[in-house]
Amino acid sequence: MNILLAILVLGVISALFGALLGYASIRFHVEGDPIAEQLDALLPQTQCGQCGYPGCKPYAEAVANGEAINKCAPGGEDTIKKIADLLGVDVQPLDDNHEQDDSSQSNLPKVAFIIEEDCIGCTKCIQACPVDAILGAAKQMHTILSDECTGCDLCVAPCPVDCIEMRPTPETIQNWQWDLNKIAVKQIG
Amino acid sequence: MESIIERINQGKFWHFHGGIHPPEQKATTSDKPIKQLSLPKQLVLPLQQHIGRQGDLLVEVGDKVLKGQALTQSSNPMAVPVHAPTSGTISAIKKSVIAHPSGLSELCLFIDVDGEDTWKKREICQDFSQLSRQEIITKISNAGIAGMGGAGFPTHIKVNTKPDINFLIINAAECEPYITSDDLLMREQSEAIVDGIKILDQLLNPAFILIGIENNKPQAIKALQQATKHIEKIKVCVLPTKYPTGGEKQLIKILTGKEVDSGSLPINSGIVVQNVATCFAISDAVINDIPLIRRVVTLTGKALSKPQNFWVLLGTQVSYLLEQAGFVNEDNNNQNTQASLQTSPPVIMGGPLMGFSILNEQVPIVKTSNCILAPSKTEMPSAFDNSSNEVECIRCGQCADVCPSQLLPQEMQWSAKAKDHQQLTKLNLFDCIDCGACAYVCPSQIPLVQYYRVAKAEIRQQQQLDIKSEKAKARFEARKLRLEQEKIARQAKHEKAAAARKATMNKKSADGGTASSAVAAALARVKAKKAADQNKAETAEPTNQVQDNNVQSEKSQVKAAIARAKAKRLANEQATKPAIDNNVQDSVVDDKKARVAAAIAKAKAKKAAEKEPSSNPDVSSAEAQNTSTGADDKKARIAAAVAKAKAKKATKKESSSSPEVSSVEEQNISTDDAQNTATDADDKKVRIAAAVAKAKLKALDRAKQASTTNSEE
Amino acid sequence: MTDYALLLIGTVLVNNFVLVQFLGLCPFMGVSSRTETAIGMSFATTFVMTLASLLSYLVTTYILIPLNLEYLTTMSFILVIAVVVQFTEMVVHKTSSSLYRLLGIFLPLITTNCAVLGVALLNLRLQHNFFESIIYGFGAAVGFSLVLVMFSAMREKLANADVPTPFKGAAIAMITAGLMSLAFMGFAGLVKI
Repeated sequence: MNILLAILVLGVISALFGALLGYASIRFHVEGDPIAEQLDALLPQTQCGQCGYPGCKPYAEAVANGEAINKCAPGGEDTIKKIADLLGVDVQPLDDNHEQDDSSQSNLPKVAFIIEEDCIGCTKCIQACPVDAILGAAKQMHTILSDECTGCDLCVAPCPVDCIEMRPTPETIQNWQWDLNKIAVKQIG
Repeated sequence: MESIIERINQGKFWHFHGGIHPPEQKATTSDKPIKQLSLPKQLVLPLQQHIGRQGDLLVEVGDKVLKGQALTQSSNPMAVPVHAPTSGTISAIKKSVIAHPSGLSELCLFIDVDGEDTWKKREICQDFSQLSRQEIITKISNAGIAGMGGAGFPTHIKVNTKPDINFLIINAAECEPYITSDDLLMREQSEAIVDGIKILDQLLNPAFILIGIENNKPQAIKALQQATKHIEKIKVCVLPTKYPTGGEKQLIKILTGKEVDSGSLPINSGIVVQNVATCFAISDAVINDIPLIRRVVTLTGKALSKPQNFWVLLGTQVSYLLEQAGFVNEDNNNQNTQASLQTSPPVIMGGPLMGFSILNEQVPIVKTSNCILAPSKTEMPSAFDNSSNEVECIRCGQCADVCPSQLLPQEMQWSAKAKDHQQLTKLNLFDCIDCGACAYVCPSQIPLVQYYRVAKAEIRQQQQLDIKSEKAKARFEARKLRLEQEKIARQAKHEKAAAARKATMNKKSADGGTASSAVAAALARVKAKKAADQNKAETAEPTNQVQDNNVQSEKSQVKAAIARAKAKRLANEQATKPAIDNNVQDSVVDDKKARVAAAIAKAKAKKAAEKEPSSNPDVSSAEAQNTSTGADDKKARIAAAVAKAKAKKATKKESSSSPEVSSVEEQNISTDDAQNTATDADDKKVRIAAAVAKAKLKALDRAKQASTTNSEE
Repeated sequence: MTDYALLLIGTVLVNNFVLVQFLGLCPFMGVSSRTETAIGMSFATTFVMTLASLLSYLVTTYILIPLNLEYLTTMSFILVIAVVVQFTEMVVHKTSSSLYRLLGIFLPLITTNCAVLGVALLNLRLQHNFFESIIYGFGAAVGFSLVLVMFSAMREKLANADVPTPFKGAAIAMITAGLMSLAFMGFAGLVKI
């Protein structure tokens, strides 16, 4: 008898709480996932597709839904760290599949460059460019708007005559970084 | 404000937080007059010598230039022109090392000096009070004057302000050790400086003009007081010597007690600060029409046998200056020349606290260089020692005591080392003026300023990257939207075409039904039936093929399109034929001719169509090497282009409206595409096949046109 | 009234749940690496603890004791806490998505935060009345929050500091927590309850 009462009491309490939670889940239902927007803001927006998604936004959405955070090769460690911070998960090293071949070169920002003598004007790179940074028309020589180029690499493969290459962005006064190990500037007291 | 003036009149000033008292070392050069320098052989003029943008070149290699001639110009307000410091020939325009801590190269003009020093035509203006405000600003702007205290902010922007100015502060503090260039300039050119101040007064019309000068320059103070004796508005404020009094915000604090908000400009508080050297340059420019082509440079340090201030033409290379000042290379005693090259004695541009060592002595003097310091080993051992003496922070807090911006240097140091940019921004890193006071007092010899500079550069770059990624995102979204719209437009076009086809079909059957001539109607019906059968066969055939081959849907669509095009053409022919029959029954012969021509054309088209798919596999196989997805796409496009061309030709017969023309052009483009695809696949066969197909197409086109004209006759 | 005030101060400082009673150490170490997260966690825990002690009082007084079912206390408390945590999670998810992400697994883990169950059980043992229960739960939560935020602020500084290598990370955090605990010992005898 006593045990039945206990079961009954617990059952009633559980049912009550269950109803409460059920109501709350409807009342506090979350529309969409604003986290995807925030993730998108962290990604480098090269739209390179190296993560396996067609652009940065789709990857951001995928990460919000549990995709691995270490697939953004252009963003590198910095981006992974930021995403990890946002999601409150541990920092992971860059996915092996997406590691770039030459580690010494990979960190340098790059822009695509068209060797203009070789360009046959096939417009293939134009179609590949995710940010419309290539200018040209059929049978006309193409050229890259280097300010708009995100260095995503996507135009290199489609080029039938291999006239596109990725070049590191030239170091100028504007993007120059103080390198404490390289320069002789020092404190004189 | 009255109280501020009262305090100033009583000689009482405010204090800024912190500050240091490094050994002044000014006596080495302050007792000698400014020496005129003989003309160097060559001048190197960087196109950009200030903050902002560089102007566009006005000269070419080989051009003869006169002294004072503008070499660049720009409509951009942040661009400041560069002038020829003396007459000569432009020998080269190329990248060369510039006065920047990075030692990077930027575009420079090389002038071979002819030694004649011929001036361009000048307009000397004796009475500048006659000039309008705009005229003065234009003169300043054209003279290429940028702040000569160090930052190099374009002066014409700084003086072209609308709001009420309470204080014009002339910065004559020159607080950094060793430097005496402003001191000497004030002693020797006090009249001209006061003229410059008067011009600024005319422009800005401030309530008061305060000249802030440190009390370690008694002669300069006397000279200025003498020169400003009769002007009530100008007050020479003698300030206690303390580094960095010459910092803009620090000077404002000392003179007015006001603190400029973080991230705000002094102008927002009604204060404009100008350097004395800039005042001199302004008076030179406005009165004598001499653009900014020279400046006083202090050459000092124990490694020089004749340290002195010099009038230096902009663009003079440091090596030449060092030579003139009697540079003694201590390492020359060293037998090993190789080693002495590597450890070439340091030369510092700017003062010892805020300057930077230059890696290459070919660096030219620019508008902002006020001092060249060549220390000896005993004088500044740390400058020779490349190894860092940095040890752990002992948290003594002296850095925070001396920071003139009241920041927390130690905290910033931790965050800078950990690259915690967010925290650095929170700690107001960007209010740091790089004065170096913290590093000067640091007992652990931590190069704090360097850490901050690195962090600042990183943060700025990050900001640039953020802006860039934002832009890339916008472009990507725009592109996506555009592709989507194109797709929708294409679909709409297809639907419209389909509707048009349907309408023609209906019309045709209606026409057939109401045909007056029974014979003709019967004939037409028979023909229609035949055509329909043929159509069906044609449509069915490729479809089966597609199913058999089990290839991509694109292919089948293409085939369907071809078939549709053919059907349409046939339908059109039939639609026109009854009409012809009705209207001109006599022209049976013509009709027959037309039909024969059409048949031939049809055959050719069919052949072409047959050839096309047969060439497709070649294309795709060749392209598979490149990209598998692109191949399908391309293949589809070729076929589609052919189909479209045919379809267009057929519709053209029906009605020739103006949009047709553009669509024909479109066809041409897509045919080009097809051709290109053929070329990139290195297969010759493919190309031949495509060419044959195209030729056939052309033939078909001609035949069609012939038949049209015939039937119209 | 004085009693209530003393109870509150006593719970927050003297009998601090984390540093004196050593309850809730898991989130104390787990979510203290960033102050922002710690503040979020503090709010969530405060909400849960106050509500849980209130509900658990109601459940014991009006259901379990009249029905002589005291042996079900732990079970029903867990039930209550789980429900409150779930509810909190939904609210947090709705109101602040980024906080939801930041707290991550620690939000549902409040369920197993021994401080929460501890406060409910201690209420029972100390025979607190309704208001005392609420104040005790709230006080415990405030104490927890205070210590957590202070600790996270210290850890943020420690993260950038030049800590000797063997002490880096969790080691220095433990030492810091120990020192804080010692400091809180100083409050002993401040309030006599």
